[in-house]
Amino acid sequence: MNTLQSLVHPHLIAQIGFAFVVTLSFAGALIAVLPRNILHNVLGLILCLTGVAGLFLYLGSPFIALMELLIYVGAICISMVFAIMLSRPLHLSLPARRPRKVVLALAVGAGVFIMLNALVFRTGWHPAATRGADWSIAGLGGYLLTRYELVFEVISLLLLVSILGAIIITGHIGRRPNE
Amino acid sequence: MNSLYTYLFIAILLFTLGIVAVFLRRSLIGMLIGIELMLNAANINFMAFNRYLAPDPLIGQIYTVFIMGIAAAEAAIALSIIIAVFHKFHSIDVEQARELRG
Repeated sequence: MNTLQSLVHPHLIAQIGFAFVVTLSFAGALIAVLPRNILHNVLGLILCLTGVAGLFLYLGSPFIALMELLIYVGAICISMVFAIMLSRPLHLSLPARRPRKVVLALAVGAGVFIMLNALVFRTGWHPAATRGADWSIAGLGGYLLTRYELVFEVISLLLLVSILGAIIITGHIGRRPNE
Repeated sequence: MNSLYTYLFIAILLFTLGIVAVFLRRSLIGMLIGIELMLNAANINFMAFNRYLAPDPLIGQIYTVFIMGIAAAEAAIALSIIIAVFHKFHSIDVEQARELRG
């Protein structure tokens, strides 16, 4: 780290990249929350998740960054776009936002923000005494197949069950009124 | 940029935006987007603690992968429910969906 900091340029580039990634995720999150057009919200969510993937790169894990892009952007956001396409909420008229609800939502958000900030900045975080240096993907796969294998299998089962459940829930749509 | 608090603050901001989305929006997809933002804040927290504090830097990554899998399952179920609700009530506004069994 000292050699990196003695040279100005790589450090500066890293800082600019970090600022870019943080700006991307916040702009994306704001676009995901505030506009009323729901397709814009999904596009904002895609921007935000791309920024978060960049943050994971800065936290030292390219594997998790790629998984974030693959699972969130590639699967979840695209299936949201499909849900919008299948349910077509874009043609419906939007009722106006009630000011009371906006004020209440912002108040709850501000309360949570202050509470979490107090929690995080008043806690003294101490690193563990001995810290491993193994960041390899091979080690990750080793853990997934040995120590965390049960959790891994249970999550695969959960995904299977949720996909079957999704098929059953949407498959009964046409039949309900004729019962 | 290279400190634990920076990442925790980013995660707090994302979590707050997610909470605001869940309380503010009336469309179900908007609320789902808020939930995804909150799960991402949790992921950033896991990765930051993993990077700066944890004894073994692989375990936080494994938990992040688990959270992503659960988020995918949750999104699949939620989107199918949204499609079913739309076909029943012709709206994805939560305030229109008032009946349990019509």
